[in-house]
Amino acid sequence: MSKIGVFVCHCGENISRTVDCARVAKASGQIRGVAVAKDYKYMCSDPGQALIKNAIKEHNLDGVVVSACSPHMHEKTFRKAVAEAGLNPFLCEMANIREHCSWVHEKEEPTTRKAIELVRLMVEKVKRNMSLEPIRVNVTKRALVIGGGVAGIQAALDIADGGHEVILVEKDPSVGGHMAQLSETFPTLDCSQCILTPKMVDVGSHPNIKLYTYSEVEKIEGFVGNFKATIRKKARSVDIDKCTGCGECQLKCPSKKIPSEFDRGLKNRTAIYIPFPQAVPARPVIDREHCIYFTKGKCKACQKVCPADAVDFEQVDEFVEEEVGGIVVATGFDLYTTEKQGPYPDYSGYGEYGYGEDPDIIDGLQFERLASASGPTGGAIQRPSDGKEPKSVVFLKCIGSRHPSKGIEFCSKICCMYTAKHTMLYKHKVHHGTAYVFYMDIRAPGKSYDEFVRRAIEEDGAVYLRGRVSRIYRSGDHLIVKGADTLSGAAVEIEADMVVLATAVMPQPGIEGLFQKLGISYDQYKFASEAHPKLRPVECATAGIFLAGACQGPKDIPESVAQASGAASKALILFSRDEMLREPVVAKVNENTCVACWYCVEVCPFKAITKKDITDRKGNLIKRVAEVNPSVCTGCGTCAATCFSNSVDLEGFTDEQIYSEINSLMAVGQDLFPELEPEKEEGGPSDEKAA
Amino acid sequence: MTYAYYPGCSLKGTAIDFHTSAMALAERLGIELKEMEDWVCCGASPIHQRNPALASGVANLLLSLSEGISNDVAVLCAACYHNMKKAEVAMREDGKKRNEVEEISGIPFNPEVRTRHFLDILDKDYGLNALKEKVVKPLSELRVACYYGCLLSRPPEIAFDDPEQPMIMERVLEAAGAETVSWSHRLECCGASHAVPVTDAVLRLVNDILASARDAGAEVIACACPMCQANLDMRQEGIASKLGVTHNLPAVYFTQLLGLACGATGKDVMINKGMVSAAPLLREKNLL
Repeated sequence: MSKIGVFVCHCGENISRTVDCARVAKASGQIRGVAVAKDYKYMCSDPGQALIKNAIKEHNLDGVVVSACSPHMHEKTFRKAVAEAGLNPFLCEMANIREHCSWVHEKEEPTTRKAIELVRLMVEKVKRNMSLEPIRVNVTKRALVIGGGVAGIQAALDIADGGHEVILVEKDPSVGGHMAQLSETFPTLDCSQCILTPKMVDVGSHPNIKLYTYSEVEKIEGFVGNFKATIRKKARSVDIDKCTGCGECQLKCPSKKIPSEFDRGLKNRTAIYIPFPQAVPARPVIDREHCIYFTKGKCKACQKVCPADAVDFEQVDEFVEEEVGGIVVATGFDLYTTEKQGPYPDYSGYGEYGYGEDPDIIDGLQFERLASASGPTGGAIQRPSDGKEPKSVVFLKCIGSRHPSKGIEFCSKICCMYTAKHTMLYKHKVHHGTAYVFYMDIRAPGKSYDEFVRRAIEEDGAVYLRGRVSRIYRSGDHLIVKGADTLSGAAVEIEADMVVLATAVMPQPGIEGLFQKLGISYDQYKFASEAHPKLRPVECATAGIFLAGACQGPKDIPESVAQASGAASKALILFSRDEMLREPVVAKVNENTCVACWYCVEVCPFKAITKKDITDRKGNLIKRVAEVNPSVCTGCGTCAATCFSNSVDLEGFTDEQIYSEINSLMAVGQDLFPELEPEKEEGGPSDEKAA
Repeated sequence: MTYAYYPGCSLKGTAIDFHTSAMALAERLGIELKEMEDWVCCGASPIHQRNPALASGVANLLLSLSEGISNDVAVLCAACYHNMKKAEVAMREDGKKRNEVEEISGIPFNPEVRTRHFLDILDKDYGLNALKEKVVKPLSELRVACYYGCLLSRPPEIAFDDPEQPMIMERVLEAAGAETVSWSHRLECCGASHAVPVTDAVLRLVNDILASARDAGAEVIACACPMCQANLDMRQEGIASKLGVTHNLPAVYFTQLLGLACGATGKDVMINKGMVSAAPLLREKNLL
């Protein structure tokens, strides 16, 4: 006869608001095989866990059912507690009476009955649970970092400095990301390049970092500690080892009118190009879409002029496989655009601002390029249409962001600060100019941040107007900006020479494709989701994958760097052990009944099942059977469901366990459980309630 | 092609030329605009400020009059379209609102019924190619500024074209051979009913609109709203006397221009009704 303990949690009021927990405990106590049943306000707390541990010892329990929240939330907690009391942790199961019961039902009689039924079927399962031992798996102590912006660079450097190899994959020809495009940074106005480029150089030369630029992650297989990544090295058309980075090819390339991605279209580049002078690696790449040789079949000017014979038109995409134990995702952001058909098909742009067609309406990153010493104007503020110095610039905040009718509700967080910075940079360069800012709120929480905004207003004289702009149109040489100043209640019309839009921070367009390959979740905007918004902010729900930077949500540089170091430390924790323990919930083949039909081999999505020869002592083949590699198996159960001879079972979820649960549910209709009827005379707390 | 036609009060009064020219055009295109019986005023701007539920109730009543004619209710006036479409969309999407409106109007809402602006009918149902075939006097060399005002294309939930950059009137008039100009004030407010209490503000707004059209090279402004047309046309005298700017820029209905293109006479489309006559210009272009 089993001796099972049932522990019913109130979860504060989360469960007890709609479920009569005392009655659940009392009814559970009457289920055959249950030796003890108790309820308590917070079962996951220290006294709650102590209650379970004491009961295990006192009643010599051989199984535990914790009737509380989802196993997703606290299964680990309770299994650990049970193990501390000397019981095999896999003899502990959770009956989810919160998400599956109290949260979704009203306070009425059937709710409590349902909770009791959930407990009862879990008791039936636990009666058939077996002790299991965790599977030990070797940890590959190498990390894959996806994205070479400041977050990816920081994570890669930290892990590499921690003594482990890092594979850094960047889709663009150079590392650096958006930070390399910035002019100066808030709140100190130090030059972005000056603080970033040394780190870029470090990444390029660190003995522990293997850098793949112009490369993308093609496929990810495996699991925590044992991932296998396939990386596509896009054809650069330049032999990176032969090339010396002299730049001759760029000078001779006849295709010169391609808008530069790095300068956000404010300057042109050639078809063979190094994205910017400080690029790492400082090696060119041929943009095959625009290259005259690749489009028309003739030219090869770059090849002719190359002194190192490095140009290689025959290069093809190359695939490399890398084994890693942990992955840091640092794919960063891009900006919402006001175009009608921009890179984000779900959003329809701003017709009221002319869908971004006027050259003098630019975005924040374009302004960064204008203000940057390495930018298209050498740092002089000149408007794109005719190169004139703008005498008045209007900055609009919350473009896309906080604009539900445009489809985006979130705050992009960094715009208040960078707009204040832009007004300063502008005023420092155009002393007699006027900077206007239309804002909804000024959000400047952070060390020295609010002081910075006050400086922009009070010392540098930026004119802040609270309100939104309804329309921008061209009138001759000027842009007319029509808006509202909601503090004075007046309609405002400003003749501007240039308009800068603080557009929403969005994930990279199409990044969900990568997230799906990684098996990590993302929100409605395609920002990657963390495992817990407060307590596990750098981990994904998928073990072994960590998040850094703006791929998770809008972030400024200090935050991205901090999160990157957090992600790196999580990876280093993972690498601090030689082997790790995996849950033994894996498939197991009964070799006596297996008929070697190999259906399981075919259906296994993880290629965890192989064919095994069984031989006698002399080495003669007796039979062949399927065999599961427990370190690859994820316990999905597909093989168990497929097996015709019922020879595959999932440990912890055997057919016997599942059927006993179902059978116990079927029995309810027969009213075999008089103890389920409410006892009216009992309204108060249970007698068994813990002291 | 038969539509239940709701003219609204303006089109039977101050904007009779809008109604007459639309009927003349529809006849030539073979579109039947069958006027609904017993229609009432849509309530226009005052009603939804006083009692939004009642405003929707009136719209529901009007929509119900289409029964037996067509599920598509053709509307010309921008304000009527706005009121009826807004109520229709709200009732279709919001069950609570629908119940409230059905109760206040005492009429069940027919979710099949659609409020349609005549421009949308020409563009989508009739088709620009079919329209081109009916053109006998192309509006060639006539530079037109298409004026939408604030109501015709907005808000987005009732828009039949891009709410902030509509091109539907340009498309339709270009199909009739007109040359349309690109100008900044296509969607600016004309001041609407403020013409009576705050005339000065309206003079300023209309002056901006006319100047913008003129600067863009327009010879005539095409309107699709009785209120806009009245302001753009009738305020020019006041602008001349108070602001000292003479525009002499005719503002007509798009249906008048299309009617002429399809062979209607000046009398058929009441081209002489405007305060700033378009007749000399049209005569010069051989359209009259």
